[in-house]
Amino acid sequence: MAQRTQQDDDVLVRVENAVKYFPVKAGGFIKHTVGQVHAVDDVSLVIERGKTLGLVGETGSGKSTLARCVAGLIPVTGGKVFLNGTDITKLSRGAMRPLRREVQMIFQDPYSSLNPRRRVGAIIGDPFAIHRTATGAERKRMVQELMERVGLNPEHYNRFPAEFSGGQRQRIGVARALALRPKLIICDEPVSALDVSIQAQVLNLLSDLQQEYGLSYLFIAHDLEVVRHVSDKVAVMYLGRIGEAAPAADLYDRPRHPYTVALLSAAPAADPDTAAARQRVILTGDVPSPIDPPAGCRFHPRCPKAQEICARVEPPLVRDNSTAQPAAEGQPPDDSGQPATDVPGGWAHVTACHFPVVPGENLATAGAAAGSAGKGAVA
Amino acid sequence: MSNLTEVGFEAQQAAEGQESVGPVEGRTQWQLTWRRLRSDRVAMISLAVIVIMVILAIIAPVFAALTGHGVNTAYPVTGENEVGNPVGPGVNGFWLGTDSVGRDVFVRILYGARISLFVGVVSTAIAVVLGVVIGLVAGYFGGIVDTVLARFTDAVLAFPYVILAIALAVVFGPSLTIIMFMVTFFSWAGIARIVRGQTLSIKEKEYIEAARSLGAGPFRIMFLDILPNLLAPVLVIGTLYIPNAIVFEATLSFLGLGVQPPTPSWGNMLADASNLYQVAWWYLAFPALFLLITTLAFNLLGDGIRDAMDPRTERLIAARRMRSRRAKDRKQQAAGVEAVADTVNG
Repeated sequence: MAQRTQQDDDVLVRVENAVKYFPVKAGGFIKHTVGQVHAVDDVSLVIERGKTLGLVGETGSGKSTLARCVAGLIPVTGGKVFLNGTDITKLSRGAMRPLRREVQMIFQDPYSSLNPRRRVGAIIGDPFAIHRTATGAERKRMVQELMERVGLNPEHYNRFPAEFSGGQRQRIGVARALALRPKLIICDEPVSALDVSIQAQVLNLLSDLQQEYGLSYLFIAHDLEVVRHVSDKVAVMYLGRIGEAAPAADLYDRPRHPYTVALLSAAPAADPDTAAARQRVILTGDVPSPIDPPAGCRFHPRCPKAQEICARVEPPLVRDNSTAQPAAEGQPPDDSGQPATDVPGGWAHVTACHFPVVPGENLATAGAAAGSAGKGAVA
Repeated sequence: MSNLTEVGFEAQQAAEGQESVGPVEGRTQWQLTWRRLRSDRVAMISLAVIVIMVILAIIAPVFAALTGHGVNTAYPVTGENEVGNPVGPGVNGFWLGTDSVGRDVFVRILYGARISLFVGVVSTAIAVVLGVVIGLVAGYFGGIVDTVLARFTDAVLAFPYVILAIALAVVFGPSLTIIMFMVTFFSWAGIARIVRGQTLSIKEKEYIEAARSLGAGPFRIMFLDILPNLLAPVLVIGTLYIPNAIVFEATLSFLGLGVQPPTPSWGNMLADASNLYQVAWWYLAFPALFLLITTLAFNLLGDGIRDAMDPRTERLIAARRMRSRRAKDRKQQAAGVEAVADTVNG
């Protein structure tokens, strides 16, 4: 089952053409499937060791579903997920068990991700109990060490989650995820439910832990600034597909997919001068139904640059050849022509668009000129 | 400043009639529930009644010795009057009178309580365990398992239980085992249905997903993660099922399908008394009264526990307390004004 490819030494997780459809059932007594929600549709990506891959996209774009597929929590409909070179999609629960230790999750809602009827010591000690790594006094000592490591008072071992604040609860979640010393932690919007001041604390904790333990993160968020702050690479999802992926700085400085441009322009800017000077790209309409996604480019009904071909032909995720790639630090030599670097999460800046945005192009006016986006420009 | 708040806090605690505690300690759900339950007078009286009833049932032989009347012994001389009818309460040392053959009704009621409480509590306990396990399995696994178990539950709930009870009693002969089997069989389904519903909602919570991502197996998740969240409704419904079980046992015994004479049970005493109530009202009234008080106490206690589990009642109780305190203050103020007026006038 184990399948090794080149570069596996750097790659912790490799997702190949992952597909996840959820059936839509109808009928009262006898259920039958009337459609499929295309939550994740043919997504490939890699997560490198010790690095953070940010995953952004609006609600319903399939970020969380993809994360749960990577964590092995829900089975994929198609495609493969390699963890350390092992395909986890076809493993039985028993065979999956040792691999569970490698991937852990931190959840969005610190209120519903901790069992309200169990004590903190039991919650954080659960991983040890499940994997039978420690019992009794030793388990308690390890739990208290973890609590201390994430900035909780170890004396609060016997408290219930309800006795902690949101930030503290998220620290409990971090401690639980950390217990088995995983290689990858999937952070599903770990800070979006927290106050801004607390967000920074938790993010700093995550980055400290990454350095200390060499963790990789798959970091899901819809706050673009947070993603920029924590991520080495960023992938943008739209309707179950990855539209663009690149090293973080590259993506934020030179977005090429119109959707990324719109997303970035919608993010609030702290500097009022910047905020006043920039031009926002306002998308019209709603995200189309994932049950019946548009043909061709999934973004074309809302894209200010859309042309006839966009509705017909699905644009492939390709490397930007128009501009020379800046040699990023630590970038593996690329002269071998390895296609693997084109996978999102690698070093290449890849975009799935027939007409990528070039630097300096004003999408806002383009939209207004094309008339396809209605009121495109807002000064 | 800190002193002031502390004093204020202690004063508030003292006013609420609790001793002030040193460090703030985390209260568990159960401690909170117990605190709320304690301030519910009806529930506490019901609890006291149940405790007394249990004690009476346990020490029934003590009363037999005290009165000198054996449970199944007939006293044709002292226990019957000149025409052979039962004697009334208080006559010849029969505290609650005698029955058709001159046995002590009080002693027999206490021995009957043993059977009623035993059947009520034990059958309900078995039903709770069965219902919880079946409800958890159906709700957690879903799919075909759920369909089969849920339909079976519905079928049991739809079954005419008296008819089945009569049939079973006829086939196997009436016995305590058959009674308990039937009480359990007709109680677990309601519990299973509630547990299943709760499980369906709890299993979607993120902490269940967290447990799965840690590699926890389905049984660990069901019993360690889901079950603790179900204990509250299960406790309430269990308490409310006990009186049902007691009444069911009494019904079967009344119909002659349950506990067989001469072993006393409230049901067969009532059946016997129904032929005789014109000359011996006490024989009908007292077993019925014990049955009524016991079932009522369990029902009211169950209601009390349900209210105490609901965090919203905390505020209701606090408001009630506040109102009564204000009323007291007003009364004191009025008294003070009167006293002042008295001294002025005097």
